Amino acid sequence: MVAGFLEPLLADGVARQGSQSGWLAQVRTRALEQLIRDGLPGPRNEAWKYTSLRAIGQRRYARSDPAAATRPIDANLLDLPGVEGPRLVFVNGGFRADLSIIADVPGMELRSLSDVLEAEPDSLREFLSRSFDNAEDAFARLNTVLASDGVVIRVAAGARIVPPVHLVIAGAVAEKELAWQLRCIFDIGEGAALRLVEHHVGENGHGHFGNVLSQLALRANARLDLLQVQNGAETASLTRRTEALLDAGAHLEMRSIEVGAQWMRHDLAVRLNGDRSRFVSRGVFALRGRQHADTRLDIRHSARDTACDIVWRGVADQRARGVFHGAITVESGADGSDAQLSNKNLLLSDQAEIDTQPVLEIHADEVKAAHGATVGQLDEGALFYLRSRGIGPAQARSLLTLAFCRVAFDSIENGVLREYLDALMLERLPQAADGDSQTKSSQ
Amino acid sequence: MLTIDNLHVRVAGKDILKGLSLKVNAGEVHAIMGPNGAGKSTLGNVLAGREGYEVTQGSVVWNGKDLLELEPEERAAEGVFLAFQYPVEIPGVNNTYFLRAALNAQRKRRGEAELDSMQFLKRVREKLAVLHLKDELLHRAVNEGFSGGEKKRNEIFQMALLEPKLAILDETDSGLDIDALKMVADGVNAMRDPARAFVVITHYQRLLDYIVPDFVHVLADGRIVESGDKSLALKLEEHGYSWIAERKLAGAA
Ligand SMILES: Nc1ncnc2c1ncn2[C@@H]1O[C@H](COP(=O)(O)OP(=O)(O)OP(=O)(O)O)[C@@H](O)[C@H]1O
Ligand SMILES: [Mg+2]
Repeated sequence: MVAGFLEPLLADGVARQGSQSGWLAQVRTRALEQLIRDGLPGPRNEAWKYTSLRAIGQRRYARSDPAAATRPIDANLLDLPGVEGPRLVFVNGGFRADLSIIADVPGMELRSLSDVLEAEPDSLREFLSRSFDNAEDAFARLNTVLASDGVVIRVAAGARIVPPVHLVIAGAVAEKELAWQLRCIFDIGEGAALRLVEHHVGENGHGHFGNVLSQLALRANARLDLLQVQNGAETASLTRRTEALLDAGAHLEMRSIEVGAQWMRHDLAVRLNGDRSRFVSRGVFALRGRQHADTRLDIRHSARDTACDIVWRGVADQRARGVFHGAITVESGADGSDAQLSNKNLLLSDQAEIDTQPVLEIHADEVKAAHGATVGQLDEGALFYLRSRGIGPAQARSLLTLAFCRVAFDSIENGVLREYLDALMLERLPQAADGDSQTKSSQ
Repeated sequence: MLTIDNLHVRVAGKDILKGLSLKVNAGEVHAIMGPNGAGKSTLGNVLAGREGYEVTQGSVVWNGKDLLELEPEERAAEGVFLAFQYPVEIPGVNNTYFLRAALNAQRKRRGEAELDSMQFLKRVREKLAVLHLKDELLHRAVNEGFSGGEKKRNEIFQMALLEPKLAILDETDSGLDIDALKMVADGVNAMRDPARAFVVITHYQRLLDYIVPDFVHVLADGRIVESGDKSLALKLEEHGYSWIAERKLAGAA
């Protein structure tokens, strides 16, 4: 039997919404059985080598927030400068129509998962019948068992949606600590295009455990620009699994900023399933205090002439711990593929730690592949250059660190958004002003 | 203005400067020549405050202050500027942003008002014109992808903008084409001023045709072994550094 973390969550069995569909109930029951059988992965599971589930495994969270529908939340928290368009807001795992902005955009269907589950669950069978047979995917199983809400976005073939869709996933302080689940499905039709922002925020002080499972389907020649801004409360825990399936000629362009949460795990699995499909990822994590962030990429080239281009940066200060695992597999038959991964990391303190593991497996011919990962400190030469021009050491450090992080978002064309991200990063980095005032000249 | 007395400097456990003395007054231009590895860049780095240079003996007094006590950014604010022999590329830091941050950090330290972006840009335009630098370089990251010559001109541009009291130019002429050399010299000459001094490190007497020095020194084996006026540079060009060693030997005999 399950104990600790899983026990209160599984006590009531599977979620009931939509369970009138036999297949859905079956999928959920199967996931439940697997979860009861395997529990949470232990330290010997390779996928959880650097991220221990011991502490979380001992905590007990409530399954849902009875007041999620009405909890007041600071509206400023939900805004993202430069992003104006349809907005979907979830607070503590519950959909908030009152905070959302649902505009009628031709070519795009935008609904809550619970709504689709009520009306036409079978239309999501392709996505919801996904099962997770690896014990390492315990949280995806948990999500399968429990998630009763989330978002469904379907873009019709050929529709090119202009306004970016802003998905806000917020945590609010509640009487109890919660483990909430969200299931998100994005289906981008043939030749269609969508811009999506996945935005995590939270009120400080709450210690909820969030669990998001997202599935992205990019049909032939579709394009999805996905910006993830994970700026959750530094007291919260968050785990996400993002799965993308790309058909021929499809293009997934991702930008990921990870600065929030006390404990964070993100699994990003991308399958380049159709010829010439392409995945571009720029990302950065910047951690401080005792934050722990684990980003795990699993990229599979399954078709010819597919490409991935991945550049990630990591910064850890104080006692923070970062983990980056970048695995690329070029399957046999995926000839002519191009796989590029670069991961550079910066340690700003002696007690911070970053573990990076690039893994490249090639089973095809005529593959172009490059892989690189480093962990280092700020360049002393650059630091001296800035200081020799009059810039104080703390400001010089934060300038260089910000510059280091910028590769994750400097290609974002929206200037207002880019400047906001700049400020967000800068705010997270060791601060300029106080440090400099301690130098001799001002005493 | 600057008095270096019997300076001994050790780098990575090796004695590089071994009793170097030099006096530079306001308004003067001093050229320093000398063989590779003699310690010329070491001198520049020590004056600018780079870490890893251990002063084992001697002193450097700058406008009455002990220069060696100051942090690099404090020296900059006090008017010391080093044009690097190898300017550093800093990807991700915009050149304009960097220059404004530097200028304002110096001004703040000196208790002067910071420049707003309009005032700053006006100043940039004036200085750009003198150096015939392309505007475009300002929008790029600091030195990133700059050609060798562009980097050197960018150093002089920074000098023009920051208006230091003492500018140390470390082989700013190396790698410049003839036109660029003239522009750099024009940039320096435009800044010559009774209140400002230059220390020009070079291997080529040609630069000194354009930037005419008041004094020429030869730095060899960690000290100044010969000083003279600009004709010394011509003699060195003709006879090479061995000529000094031979002359010393002859003098000793
Ligand atoms: N960081 C260092 N570690 C070890 N040796 C050093 C270091 N920096 C300088 N040196 C040594 O100190 C000596 C003087 O170097 P410096 O760069 O000052 O010479 P220089 O006169 O500028 O030569 P050049 O004309 O080639 O530029 C050289 O032998 C050099 O190898
Ligand atoms: Mg040198």
